[in-house]
Amino acid sequence: MTLAEKILAAHADKKRVSPGDFINARVDLVMANDITAPIAIREFRRIGVNKVFDPQKVVMVPDHFVPNKDIASAEQAKLMREFAREQGVIYFEVGQMGIEHVLLPEQGLVLPGDVAIGADSHTCTYGALGAFATGMGSTDIAAAMATGDIWMKVPPTIKLIYHGSLGKWVSGKDLILYTIGDIGVDGALYSAMEFAGEAIDALSIDGRFTMANMAIEAGAKAGIFGVDNKTQLYVKSRAQRPYLVYEPDSDAEYSQVIKYDVSDIEPQVALPHSPANTKPVGQVKNIEINQAVIGSCTNGRLEDLRIAAQILKGRKVHPGVRCIILPGSQQVYLDALVEGLIETFIKAGAAVSTPTCGPCLGGHMGVLAAGERCISTTNRNFVGRMGSPESEVYLANPAVAAASAIMGRIASPEEFIH
Amino acid sequence: MLKGKVHKYGANVDTDAIIPAHYLNISDPAELAKHCMEGIDKDFIKRVKPGDIMMVTTNFGCGSSREHAPLAIKAAGISCIIAKSFARIFFRNAINIGLPLLECDEAVDKTKAGDTLEVDPAKGRIKNVTRGTEFRAKPYPDFMAKLISAGGLVEYTKKRLARRRA
Repeated sequence: MTLAEKILAAHADKKRVSPGDFINARVDLVMANDITAPIAIREFRRIGVNKVFDPQKVVMVPDHFVPNKDIASAEQAKLMREFAREQGVIYFEVGQMGIEHVLLPEQGLVLPGDVAIGADSHTCTYGALGAFATGMGSTDIAAAMATGDIWMKVPPTIKLIYHGSLGKWVSGKDLILYTIGDIGVDGALYSAMEFAGEAIDALSIDGRFTMANMAIEAGAKAGIFGVDNKTQLYVKSRAQRPYLVYEPDSDAEYSQVIKYDVSDIEPQVALPHSPANTKPVGQVKNIEINQAVIGSCTNGRLEDLRIAAQILKGRKVHPGVRCIILPGSQQVYLDALVEGLIETFIKAGAAVSTPTCGPCLGGHMGVLAAGERCISTTNRNFVGRMGSPESEVYLANPAVAAASAIMGRIASPEEFIH
Repeated sequence: MLKGKVHKYGANVDTDAIIPAHYLNISDPAELAKHCMEGIDKDFIKRVKPGDIMMVTTNFGCGSSREHAPLAIKAAGISCIIAKSFARIFFRNAINIGLPLLECDEAVDKTKAGDTLEVDPAKGRIKNVTRGTEFRAKPYPDFMAKLISAGGLVEYTKKRLARRRA
């Protein structure tokens, strides 16, 4: 069995599962946020149970439209807060909260071998730790909160092997953008992506989070990494419960095996309006930008901010650009502060925000007007994603976003750092 | 039997096109419906009539997990969606809330916007009344059929829990 099949079989009390099987999988973690929880809570009430199956396995994170951007958002956050208090589930208030997919692994709430589901499509991020994690809708979350399990169709697994070593300024973001550019936004539809190869072994945990995060942009149900020493090191200090490490069998059956040599891959940019519309940054010059966003569940971790700071240090954001930096959690924010990264950002003329999903989905903290262009380390560049349907979003890694903020146009750091 | 006129869209229609994220501070389906498809078709909500059918090509509903997307489509009056393929979270969400989905390549290729269809979702029968043609959608796996006939995931879960208690 593949990694995904092994984890799912164990959570369905089966010796074996195969792609296409319908199972009921026990869940180790059920998550909702301030925009998806209100519907989940409404449907939970309709199911008619009084208590969630296990308050220690249900997590609610206000992160999308908080600190509340308007009255309607405040009402939704309030509804979730009151439900969380009533049920005694794990809840992070503004001041402790972060972007859910940065926060939950950081807090040790999701561990290797888990089945984690969340009412947010980027729940697949936790696959970086060797968990089977997938996004679902609010009604799914309501049912799982009531019963502790959820129906699933076992996905086929696509194995992606990355050979070689990454060049300067090339990161997990570039590998996943390159992959989506190759296989398309439905290239892994209904499938699990299993990432392997020496370039993956060499990748940091933060880089793996970035890759797993965007598995959904290829249509995948999950994006999973094997557990190695780096994973163990990350998890050991955080885990407050035992966990199991699964490995794919040597005779596992994959629906496809795709191999890449990454040595020649340049930093990638996804042009409007699809994450699959990728080009090497060298081919995307002379595109002026109005805004640069560095952060999000894709690239809002300490390593991302360190790279951005390395480029912004001693330089100035272009006068025609609003550069907005969003640490993914309070811990990331604090670490960045202690390391002096925040000072670097402010001196460079960037705005630093409290953690929020805000601008990524055109919510707040950096919404675009008609005709405006943004380079962003986020995960989607659909029409109207960050505001006006007449605005444009270009996706890139933090190094390219920071370099572009300085140059006022899409640029590679190589243009001025030698 | 469902009957209505076809509204047709192309590939990879994402959830931001179906219901832009700045409306996600709303949970009421009727309110969401007012902005349905606003991202790509501002006039949809003026044209759509109760019972109408949405027809799309591949990977419909890709992107976010927002259940607001199928809720908005259903509340706008759409009775079912026929596609070549659906994005998986959208597929779950629609089935869970009782919005019928059918997959049929041929029907999508041979139907034009504005055609009138008659659809029997349980049997997977699609009849193009305008052109006098008939198609068969892929049958649902047994489990999905059970979920649909229960009336969606909430009703299905209620029954499961009642059996557990018994």
